[in-house]
Amino acid sequence: MSAGEAAGAARAAGDRRGPGAAPLALHAVLIAGAALTVAPILWMVSASLMSPGEANTAPPPLLPGRATLEHFRELFTHLDLARAFANSLLVSVLGTLCVLFTSSLAGYAFAKLPFPGREGLFRFLLTAMLVPAQVGMLPLFLMLKQLGLVNSYAGVLVPWLASVFGIFLVRQVALAIPQDLLDSARLDGAGEGRIYTSIVLPLLAPVLATLAVFVFMSSWNDFLWPLVVLSDERLYTLPVALASLMGEHVQDTELMMAGSVVTVLPVLLVFVVLQRWYIRGVMAGSVKG
Amino acid sequence: MRLARGLAGPGLAALVLVFGACAPRGGGQDGGVRLRMWAMGREGEVVGELAREFEREHPGVRVEVQQIPWSAAHEKLLTAHVGGSLPDVGQLGNSWIAEFGALRALEPLDPMLAASGLDRDDYFGGIWDTNVLEGETLGLPWYVDTRLLFYRRDLLERAGVMRMPETWAEWRAALAAVQRRGGPGRYGVFLPTNEWMLPVVLGLQSGSPLLADGGTRGAFREPEFRRAFEFYLGLFREGLAPTLGIQEIANKYQELERGTFAMMVTGPWELGEFARRLPDSLQGAWATAPLPGPDGPGLSFAGGSSLVLFRGSRHPEAAWRLMEFLSRPEQQVRFWRLTGDLPARRAAWADPALGADPRTRAFGEQLQRTAPCPMVPEWEEIATRIWEQADRAIRGATPPDSALAELDRTVDRLLEKRRWLAARRVARGPSS
Amino acid sequence: MSGPLAGRQARAGLVFALPSVVLILVFFFGPVLWGLWLSLTDFDLYAIGDPSTVRFVGLGNYARALESGEFWNALRVTLLYAFVGAPISVAVSLAAALLVDSRLARWKPFFRAVYFAPVVTTLVAVAIVWRYLYQPQYGLVNAFLGRLGVPAVDWLGDPHWALPAILVLAVWKNFGYNLLIFVAGLQAVPRELHEAAALDGAGGWQRFRHVTLPALAPVSLFVSVTTLINYFQLFAEPYVMTQGGPLRSTTSLVLYMYEQGFRWWRLGFAASLAFLLFALILAATLVQLRLQARRGGGGARA
Repeated sequence: MSAGEAAGAARAAGDRRGPGAAPLALHAVLIAGAALTVAPILWMVSASLMSPGEANTAPPPLLPGRATLEHFRELFTHLDLARAFANSLLVSVLGTLCVLFTSSLAGYAFAKLPFPGREGLFRFLLTAMLVPAQVGMLPLFLMLKQLGLVNSYAGVLVPWLASVFGIFLVRQVALAIPQDLLDSARLDGAGEGRIYTSIVLPLLAPVLATLAVFVFMSSWNDFLWPLVVLSDERLYTLPVALASLMGEHVQDTELMMAGSVVTVLPVLLVFVVLQRWYIRGVMAGSVKG
Repeated sequence: MRLARGLAGPGLAALVLVFGACAPRGGGQDGGVRLRMWAMGREGEVVGELAREFEREHPGVRVEVQQIPWSAAHEKLLTAHVGGSLPDVGQLGNSWIAEFGALRALEPLDPMLAASGLDRDDYFGGIWDTNVLEGETLGLPWYVDTRLLFYRRDLLERAGVMRMPETWAEWRAALAAVQRRGGPGRYGVFLPTNEWMLPVVLGLQSGSPLLADGGTRGAFREPEFRRAFEFYLGLFREGLAPTLGIQEIANKYQELERGTFAMMVTGPWELGEFARRLPDSLQGAWATAPLPGPDGPGLSFAGGSSLVLFRGSRHPEAAWRLMEFLSRPEQQVRFWRLTGDLPARRAAWADPALGADPRTRAFGEQLQRTAPCPMVPEWEEIATRIWEQADRAIRGATPPDSALAELDRTVDRLLEKRRWLAARRVARGPSS
Repeated sequence: MSGPLAGRQARAGLVFALPSVVLILVFFFGPVLWGLWLSLTDFDLYAIGDPSTVRFVGLGNYARALESGEFWNALRVTLLYAFVGAPISVAVSLAAALLVDSRLARWKPFFRAVYFAPVVTTLVAVAIVWRYLYQPQYGLVNAFLGRLGVPAVDWLGDPHWALPAILVLAVWKNFGYNLLIFVAGLQAVPRELHEAAALDGAGGWQRFRHVTLPALAPVSLFVSVTTLINYFQLFAEPYVMTQGGPLRSTTSLVLYMYEQGFRWWRLGFAASLAFLLFALILAATLVQLRLQARRGGGGARA
């Protein structure tokens, strides 16, 4: 991939001859596309700063007449969105740590530690990727009810304790670890645990970083499961809190936009800062098949 | 506990604060009682204030109110019941009492009622009945709700309508006058196409029982309901009401202000909302009036909310005290002042403020003429089917006859288990 | 390798894999099997209050679903959405990838990031934003179209336009994901093939059809299958924006299942819907794999 990219860049730099219209047209289209893609997000931010009722006028304004932070104030004081934010943070961080822990161990095991039935078990686990999550949702809810975990952080975390996708991703990378490295460590007398922590983990670090970003984003954005499991509003995660806000305040456009800003901006920031890892994960999960 | 955070990114401090601040359920103070209450809509916003006074009278008891939007309340309550996380005290629309009773989610109140001073005759007849299921009282009426016309007098007068309509025919004529005067893009009345109240009320006015055979079959194909259905559809066909669902209007108060329509059919909580959301210039222009019926002043919906004590509450004593407190006439009047919701107790209506306001008087008048919905556990689902079929007929996707036939078929299917249970009960004898 | 070292590795392997496997078995496969059992009963609201009212109905739920107009409506909505939406989404991603990856394009990382941004946003939040964008009088969409002379449309209120409107949102939100995958795929196409074709006198379009597309075959397959599976599971957008309306024109299978299961608590019936959906996804995936295998001659990788 990097060789192709480098070659492409070199060619782009060198190929400056040719009619000037084509690149201009191309960039015009690209920029227009970018503008259309980003427009809803920009409007969301703009509307969140408008005065109440301003967004519901025809023709719709693009910019606030006088920017105001009152909706954000309302969200964080009266409507306590900060708590939902903290809940989302807690659940996402804990979920990410859990998935990293279980998937790195299992992914390595499925790649490099032969045990009876390993391949069959792995293929069986893979079938889970075909079953839509909703199939097990109702019975899982009933199961958690028996365990008394409904309406608790633990209940929300249950889907984020282990992940077949995580195992798949880690295994993919672990397969590439040179066998001799592990064998010579064994011959030197190192235990499996030591081998894992001092040799394997460092080599898995990049894919774990990628997996971490993936899981964090997915759990942050998860909607249906927390919606079903949580009834106490003090435990709501952001998407559920936002949907609940919608129930009462659907006519307060600007307030809802502020709520969306609070939900979307953090993830966007995380993405902008960590995009390299995230993008790598997307490509890794696909091109190698 | 408020976390005054900005929009900054994650940090360890957040984790520490969160772990400290959020103890999962049961984090009570030493020896103190923590009562949880769920309330919907505006009531949810306001009941906390009343609860503060309750807390002053009962030191050691803390009341935590959670507000739930009406649109999600039914789902949330059922989910919480299945998940075992219902609160101690709740607000339930009285059309849901049958359902939650069948689920055995509600604690019968008769023993507590006998010991208290509450007298059922002090409550509006018909309203109390909606809380009694198979001889057990499952809810304490909190406020009564009925639907009537909210309208802008100035727009009606400008269209030449000087007297409020009392029959369906007069109503249609009044709306036509307003619509003519307003012109294109203007309507007479806003009737959200995805709400079931109006078709049901019109059916009740027309004499339809809605469900037949002891609530085990649909009666929508019968002539009584048909008549009401035709009248309802006619309002849309003639352009007197816009074909819009409740969420397709950005803000109905703004539209009323702009004159997009001149009337709405809605309930007492809007008294407070209108006062808050309409501009001062219009505060003198709006009024309420009882619903017109087929041949004269008509019935309306015997609705309202009740306070219920959920089975499985760990503090039934304290919960009952709270329910009693909220039923005191002074508290009912205070609640009315904050929300516009009408007290369920006649003693509260003795307060001069309630009698003085003409807008509230219209409610008092309508409350003399009410009828309840069928008290079956499947009612919420049946009601949804009613407006769905009505919506199809309004938009011309189905002819009215087919819509009603389909409705009957669907309702019959929904009630299948109820029929089976009834038959099983008969077969097993009275002891089952 | 055999002997004590192998035994030790095997033990370690089991111990390492155990947490994941147990969790997945208990919290995923377990409920799925329970769901299968539920789908054979008429477990509903009455049963929650009084378990003795549960009846075993065998395939009764499945039969009822297949006879129910609502099920066929949900199926129609889902199939329409998936088989129209997924190809559009894939095509848009491919087109955008070709543009972004073109030799002439500069600032590639910037464009990639911008096009990818909607993917990471929270669906509920952007569904709410788009709901306001689609507002007939006050929304930007109609305002923008009005400038182009197109008359206003009641996007979310018109049974014919609600599903397309949701589709636009879905494409906007997800095309960046497939774009990245396509870009990776495009960059893996060897330069020499393009140059050889150009030497043979092939123009841009022909090179696309005969060099790029075939080389992209495995990536295209992956993208198509995953996008299709994704689109079959449509839920949050109609839930937030239209509640399945107007006239149930946006009630997808998952939304229908949610209604039956979590609104009306017909758990038995809802479970049968879930399995019907599963069967549908499985069938569609297998068909697509088979088609591709026949066309690409085994070039596809699982």
